[in-house]
Amino acid sequence: MRNARTLLAAAAAAPLILAACGGEDDDGPVTLRMTIWSAAEEHLALFDAIAEDYLADHPEVEAIEFDPLPFDGYTSTLTTQIAGDNAPDMAWILENAAPDFVSTGALVPIGDTLEDTEGYEYDDLVPAATELWRHEDRLYAYPFSTSPFAVFANTDLLAEAGQPTPAELIADGQWTWDRVVEAGAAVRAATGSHGMVIRDFDYTGWDNLSTLWTGWGAEAWTDGGAGCGFDDPAMVEAMTFMHDAVFDAEAMPGPGTSADFFSGEAAMTVTQISRAGLLADAGFAWDLVPLPDGPDGQYSVIGQAGLGVLTVAPHPEEAADFLAFMTNPENSAKLAQYFPPPRASQLTAEDLAAANPLLTPEQLQATVIDRIDQGVTKPSHIGQAQIDQTVRAALDPLWTENADVAGALADVCAAVDPLLSE
Amino acid sequence: MATKTDAPSGRAPARPGRRGWTHRRREYLAGYLFVAPQLAGTALFVIVPLALVFWYSFHEWNVLTGSFQFTGAENYERLADDPALPGVLAATAAFSIGLVVLNLSLALALAVLLNQKLRGTVLFRTLFFSPVAVTLVAWTIVWRFLLQDDGGVNGLLSAIGVDGPNWLRGETTAMIAVIVVQVLKNVGLNMVLFLAALQGVPKELYEASTIDGAGSWTRFRRITVPMISPTILLTSIITVVGSLQVFAQIDVLTSGGPGTSTTVLVYYLYQNAFQFHDFGYGATLSVLLFAIVLVLTVVQWQMRRKWVVHEN
Repeated sequence: MRNARTLLAAAAAAPLILAACGGEDDDGPVTLRMTIWSAAEEHLALFDAIAEDYLADHPEVEAIEFDPLPFDGYTSTLTTQIAGDNAPDMAWILENAAPDFVSTGALVPIGDTLEDTEGYEYDDLVPAATELWRHEDRLYAYPFSTSPFAVFANTDLLAEAGQPTPAELIADGQWTWDRVVEAGAAVRAATGSHGMVIRDFDYTGWDNLSTLWTGWGAEAWTDGGAGCGFDDPAMVEAMTFMHDAVFDAEAMPGPGTSADFFSGEAAMTVTQISRAGLLADAGFAWDLVPLPDGPDGQYSVIGQAGLGVLTVAPHPEEAADFLAFMTNPENSAKLAQYFPPPRASQLTAEDLAAANPLLTPEQLQATVIDRIDQGVTKPSHIGQAQIDQTVRAALDPLWTENADVAGALADVCAAVDPLLSE
Repeated sequence: MATKTDAPSGRAPARPGRRGWTHRRREYLAGYLFVAPQLAGTALFVIVPLALVFWYSFHEWNVLTGSFQFTGAENYERLADDPALPGVLAATAAFSIGLVVLNLSLALALAVLLNQKLRGTVLFRTLFFSPVAVTLVAWTIVWRFLLQDDGGVNGLLSAIGVDGPNWLRGETTAMIAVIVVQVLKNVGLNMVLFLAALQGVPKELYEASTIDGAGSWTRFRRITVPMISPTILLTSIITVVGSLQVFAQIDVLTSGGPGTSTTVLVYYLYQNAFQFHDFGYGATLSVLLFAIVLVLTVVQWQMRRKWVVHEN
């Protein structure tokens, strides 16, 4: 009995002991660690260069490590590190995890640090870009990559199917989702390639469909997140349109079929401009245009990633100071070549074009600058991971040929309502 | 995994005086030293985590909010009322039963076939065993491509005029696909175990029964099966336990869908703990899984007296 009690006590004490072992001597210079989801060499080289500039003037910081985690399961890996008492100092945060991180106290408020940093030009940050990262008027993360969704088009495939280019349709005022589906169906019928692909949706990443339904004025959550918008008439109309495009017109690849625009397998794709790099060696002619108009007119959806300092970070103060350095006007301009900055002064077609050699100033003006401050972000909510799974599972019946769209969407709300009110 | 170690035989004839006592102590010490590395490893990586899981299951632990509070049996009450749990357990049962039945019968059939002295058996043995050596995730990713609507499997089917289903998007076909992919991956291991057992069956038994006029089915049923029954017990225990721990295949092939049709217990546990940041409830689900595995293993172990030769 005594042995059993000792064992239990030891087991209970184990996390404390492990935590104690994980501690670091706070007297000497510290090492900062930032988790990121890009392992691209050019990104890492740029981050390292910025870190070196910082280290030169900051003897209290010994080294800054950038720790790439796989994009799939990024948030899970990050929270597991936190649970294992191995939290990084700073982390990139996915936009769909923003409410969870921002509202729970997982991140340190950084607004004051940024504002007080000399030469930071805090007021230059575009309010639409920082909105997702604010809670009760405090800024919890820096939106380091703010990129509107746009449409890449393979003009060779469209020509092969006898379809006008998006640029021609825009000039004629006909760049609408109806026309996109018409062109996509024509490509499918004439060439066997796919029409329109909403990238990263794949019948699981449903939040990417906001790039479509926003054109109908639909939204996933109503009343500031308290209500479910899936059974609203606008959403039913948008999803019926999507369902018809997939199963009747065959303008979009169906479930269980993958088609990659960047390998030439589809005529059009909705994604962010940061993917333009994939077109460096494209064997086809292409263009980049804004999202087509929906029945509700012109609209814009922006994707974001935040950079924050964790509350449980080993060195939160040093981390916040480095974050202010990394995102100051000078470094923000450097980062702009991969990550569109949230700074109004740097959102000029010339600046962005200099950083994105594959895109023309006109393309950037139309897709990024004209749309960035009117954009809505993809749907996110507190408890996003569970809501995400629940909606994904409840939407599955919709992706069958003879689905009852309105019925399936009502079921989505029935499934997700209890989670929204939690 | 528990390790059974015989106590050192300290029963040497008792010698009077100090020498005997020292000898015995030394033997004990040597015995303990031999088991110490294994014991330390088991304690550190099995017993302590197991105890911690029990401990965590009585807490609400949200990593993001940093909360870790003792909540008593609250997680267990939630487990009893969890509306998703019956579906999860049904999917787990469907997967496990399908996998165990298909895996063991196919492994035994292959072993019997490849135990014949025919040309090419070595090639076929290698062929069926090689998936065991392939990385699980790589194997599953390749199958995900093959099972797409316009993938290789349906391509083959259409070549023979069959319009294949959209495997991973139908509730039943997705479950079948996950089971078959897993069986093909691991059937080789059980096959090899069965082969070894088959080769250990004395030839004289078959010769004698042939003289007595027994047909091949009777020989299989009356000699082969009883003689390899210890191996059948072993393979069924490891296959049942393995089937309850399936994770990567589900994650890669279906992510628990369509709907929640392939959300098995381990996947549900993973979702709660690592995706929904609810480690306390995740730990409670782990305790449930532990209890299920324990009960099934004990039941199989007890049943061995009934049907395993050499055990009664």
